[in-house]
Amino acid sequence: MVLELEHVSHLVGGQTHLYDIDLKLVPGAINVLLGPTQAGKTTLMRIMAGLDRPTSGRVRVDGKDVTGVGVRERNLAMVYQQFINYPAMSVFDNIASPLRLQRVAAAEIRRRVHEVAAKLHIDHLLDKRPGELSGGQQQRCALARALVKRASLVLLDEPLVNLDYKLREELRTELAALFADGQTTVVYATTEPQEALLLGGHTALVHGGRVLQHGETLAVYSTPASVDAAVVFNDPPMNLLPARFGDNGRLQLPFGVEVTLARDGLPAGECRIGIRPSQLRLAPVSGKAITVSCVLELAELSGSETYLHLNTRHGDTHLVAQLQGVHALALGSAVDVHIEPDELFVFGEDAQLASAPPGVIHGVH
Amino acid sequence: MSKPVNQKALLLIVPMFVCVAFSAIMPLMTVVNYSVQDIISPTQHVFVGTEWFRMILNDPDLQDALVRQLVFSLCVLLIEIPLGVALALAMPAAGWRASATLVVVAMPLLIPWNVVGTVWQIFGRSDIGLGGYVLTQLGIDYNYTAHTRDAWLTVLVMDVWHWTPLVALLAYAGLRAIPDAFYQAAEIDGASRFAVFRYIELPKMRGVLMIAVLLRFMDSFMIYTEPFVLTGGGPGNATTFLSQYLTQKAVGQFDLGPAAAFSLIYFLIILLFCFILYNWMQRLGQGDGHA
Repeated sequence: MVLELEHVSHLVGGQTHLYDIDLKLVPGAINVLLGPTQAGKTTLMRIMAGLDRPTSGRVRVDGKDVTGVGVRERNLAMVYQQFINYPAMSVFDNIASPLRLQRVAAAEIRRRVHEVAAKLHIDHLLDKRPGELSGGQQQRCALARALVKRASLVLLDEPLVNLDYKLREELRTELAALFADGQTTVVYATTEPQEALLLGGHTALVHGGRVLQHGETLAVYSTPASVDAAVVFNDPPMNLLPARFGDNGRLQLPFGVEVTLARDGLPAGECRIGIRPSQLRLAPVSGKAITVSCVLELAELSGSETYLHLNTRHGDTHLVAQLQGVHALALGSAVDVHIEPDELFVFGEDAQLASAPPGVIHGVH
Repeated sequence: MSKPVNQKALLLIVPMFVCVAFSAIMPLMTVVNYSVQDIISPTQHVFVGTEWFRMILNDPDLQDALVRQLVFSLCVLLIEIPLGVALALAMPAAGWRASATLVVVAMPLLIPWNVVGTVWQIFGRSDIGLGGYVLTQLGIDYNYTAHTRDAWLTVLVMDVWHWTPLVALLAYAGLRAIPDAFYQAAEIDGASRFAVFRYIELPKMRGVLMIAVLLRFMDSFMIYTEPFVLTGGGPGNATTFLSQYLTQKAVGQFDLGPAAAFSLIYFLIILLFCFILYNWMQRLGQGDGHA
């Protein structure tokens, strides 16, 4: 199923929640809506579902205009952050409920409920009521209710947020596998960049009611179209520094270092530089590395990683470095970090991407 | 090996014991004391065993009052609970309209009970009361001081007017606690309005409705002030409920022994019914946890 939004804007109580959105979902794939809370992800989903009618713009399904067509006439399913099940019904009846409303035959219902329950590993819980289940099992039940309909569009609105870390990982992997057959167009809203990367597929960055960028998840991650896109899709946040290109064409960094970038399409004058925290290293990788001497302000240990909050000695610029493993460094001590010029993102004065690193380094370190 | 004994724990429990003793156990024991003795004078009393209990249970006036009371409480529950839920469903969910409606609905709850009685006493009169006047003009022979049926209905309508708002407020609170996503999910499923009520709203309101049923049962079973002001228990004994019967015995005739015996029976009846109601409703919605 191909779902398209054309110039969709939405106002609620005089406030604009969505600005002129053009978005074409990739059929049969996972489409991640990534953005901070209040970005407009849920509003966007409600419009896709037909729960709300956009103030202006069109919604098309397979080319047909469905703007204003109610949710009951659409073939879709939705799963929410809260675990939504009918509290007084057993798990079986919960999963069966959408089929009963569609007047599917009883034998067929039984077969499909058991099939989907087995897929989600809740087939032993069919007689229980949702209140007797754990959070993870309740969400599995809600997912089963969504899947059993075999809807061509499944909307998942931060479905894993209320689960603990372990369950979230487990269910995320299963989700990706469940939709791997390419039969269903999935929209998955999340606030976590990691989640988008783990799910793969395609990602639309949503920020302040606008779609900043839309494309294959890895492509969006490796070439953020703007400063805002880089901010939305990086956790820990990308280091963003003011810089300028001098008359000699060399890049002048705020901590008193000049470097030549061997790339085309570089802007002139003021610009902004982006460096991922994982690309600030304690040891240089190539001979071209820039060395920046800093003072350690704060070190955060997260088990397998160490985050260093640094202030450069020259220029007093704040940098965050993400290191593998545990590094026991004394606060206030001197730390030299190394930056590879080939890994720098260059944003122009208009905050749009001017130049991505030539040999883009994929993945999360 | 002997365990060390910490006597300090006793100090923490004793104040509670003293409080409960003074507030509940000792007054209750006084009643128990009266119920098994014949007090002839302050210095003279005779132990009579269960005589008062036998006497009171065989009193046809009490049997009538008990039946009247049960029918009344049943009517109160059957009318006020559905009406309160319907009211809550009809109330606006948010905005100034919600606040305004809440205030208007809650108004009867703020009126003292004897004032409620007085209000309805005047309202129901056909010479100066609006309600009575209108009914009379409509050709209905309405007179709550003379007709048993009219008196009875007036007391019932008065209670419904006075206490349905409590049920409505409780149900309203229950409804507002349901996340919006439940309604959306039902809409996506294509569920009907009735299905939403039956499978989402009602189960989610079970907790508050249980409280409403218990409160309304207990209160209506102990009703005293309003009928006392409105009808004084009449005409005849038509609106004499258990509390009024008890007051007549204890204060009117000063039969302390039978009155004490009846107080205990009254107390046990309420306890028994609450126990039955509570268990029944628990079983009714078994497993309806917080989903």
